Amino acid sequence: MSIDIATARKVAKLARIRVEEADLPKLADQLSGILGFMEQLNEVNVEGVEPMVSVTPMRLKRRIDVVTDGNIQAQVLANAPDAREGFFAVPKVVE
Amino acid sequence: MTNPNELTIAAARDALRKGELSAVDLTMACLTAIDAGDALNAFVHKTPDIALDQARAADARLKAGEAPDLCGIPLGIKDLFCTKSVPSQAASNILKGFKPEYESTVTTKLFDAGAVMLGKLNMDEFAMGSSNETSAYGNAVSPWRRGNDTAALTPGGSSGGSAAAVAADLCLGATGTDTGGSIRQPAAFTGIVGIKPTYGRVSRWGIVAFASSLDQAGPMAKSVRDAAIFLSAMAGHDPKDSTSADLMVPDFEAALTGDIRGKKIGIPREYRMDGMPAEIEALWQQGIAMLKDAGAEIVDISLPHTKYALPAYYVIAPAEASSNLARYDGVRYGHRAKLASGDGITEMYEKTRAEGFGPEVQRRIMVGTYVLSAGFYDAYYNRARKVRALIKRDFEQVFDAGIDAILTPATPSSAFGLGEMANADPVEMYLNDVFTVTVNLAGLPGISVPVGLDAKGLPLGLQLIGRPWDEAGLLNHAYVLERAAGFVSKPAKWW
Repeated sequence: MSIDIATARKVAKLARIRVEEADLPKLADQLSGILGFMEQLNEVNVEGVEPMVSVTPMRLKRRIDVVTDGNIQAQVLANAPDAREGFFAVPKVVE
Repeated sequence: MTNPNELTIAAARDALRKGELSAVDLTMACLTAIDAGDALNAFVHKTPDIALDQARAADARLKAGEAPDLCGIPLGIKDLFCTKSVPSQAASNILKGFKPEYESTVTTKLFDAGAVMLGKLNMDEFAMGSSNETSAYGNAVSPWRRGNDTAALTPGGSSGGSAAAVAADLCLGATGTDTGGSIRQPAAFTGIVGIKPTYGRVSRWGIVAFASSLDQAGPMAKSVRDAAIFLSAMAGHDPKDSTSADLMVPDFEAALTGDIRGKKIGIPREYRMDGMPAEIEALWQQGIAMLKDAGAEIVDISLPHTKYALPAYYVIAPAEASSNLARYDGVRYGHRAKLASGDGITEMYEKTRAEGFGPEVQRRIMVGTYVLSAGFYDAYYNRARKVRALIKRDFEQVFDAGIDAILTPATPSSAFGLGEMANADPVEMYLNDVFTVTVNLAGLPGISVPVGLDAKGLPLGLQLIGRPWDEAGLLNHAYVLERAAGFVSKPAKWW
């Protein structure tokens, strides 16, 4: 599967990573190489095989649905690039 | 007299308990070695004040008696572990300045056991790499060199700083993490021991996530005994990690009996790769002979889907990474790009992630995004998960047939030079993981043991793979291999 420049642009957009137009051809080329390597998987007969969901057969533990933590607003916001009045601040989302 | 920082964990423990050495003196020796070892770029955030406080507390505890094995033992911590109030940035610029408000479960357990943290260790960015060359801190450098050649070599990756620090005696042991070989490959490149436990043996809580179904933390140390002591302290059930197993943790050190008579060691024919250097093949044969001499039975086995492990891994790991790394958006922590006037939230995400992530991380996120995108999910991601099930079944079949452990090479070569792979395509670098990724895909424990030196004077290791949850048996096999190999070489000090 070869990745063209339009696909590379679309993938970058989906991944929310800005890629300059000039860098798209190289990106497309590298992605093509990596995906080409994965093409080998088509040689495997996977008929009737269930996709792996959990590597160790275990039942996920359950716990009582209660609050175990909280009232740590200052800690939650401590690493924010922009925190104001107890909130995370971001550029305007809705006009 | 050996400098205290050159001791093994076991020897230091015994000396501390006998009062022949204080934790403060031991810690000071390591801090001095760390400062003298800046050329290795292994420690990227030093924490001498924390270390000395912990060492003083350890001395008090040792004096009171009944101190745990790791009490007063100075360790390095991979930068992937969140450590409270200490920079923890997964060697990425996107987490620059991030100081966690909490402590990872592994480091909490280590500190509860009295261990001393010397600082944070270099690694590949988000653990994505096999040479420590993708780090935002710059390359970690191996203490090993090719004879008199001064070219800088890779300590391997992603736990490159951990490997360099332990091999150069800057610390007595270090934490590592292993998603596709990131403990075992650097351990092999630097002549130390590294074990990736069974998936679920060690809590992942507070460890920056790369690929959650593959990631597992483990110890990197100077001997198998040290790895056993260290792993006992790291392992155990954690309610905060839903995939951590609620199983008793055996005394791994007590399992080192040195007796493997009658055990069946599988030799997988698919691990004999085309173009594999003759030295690797010869080393493997030596390892086989050593285990046979110890009374084990050598059995040829087949793991038919081995060839497909790497391509399956390079679908699954990037897919999980693209989801896990979606959280780095410039809102809650870490880097946020400077915005131009009129930029909205999408521009903030895109610029932040372009500036914060390095090229390899960006590539893997985009590969993951692609294989999970509409129209390709079945063709790539689901197919890879089916192949993963087959790879796991290969192992189950040989273990069901009575195999106790599997012996393979750890890496396809010895350490290469930093920069030597700069023009290689990404897939060539991925081939470093060829012998190790199968173990992550199947969730099994695997250990790398140094066995010899190649013609260039660089360490080579062998890997042993164990049954699920049988780290105790695996460590005992490794102990036998270690004793037979008698690997005692150390890098000649140039730094």
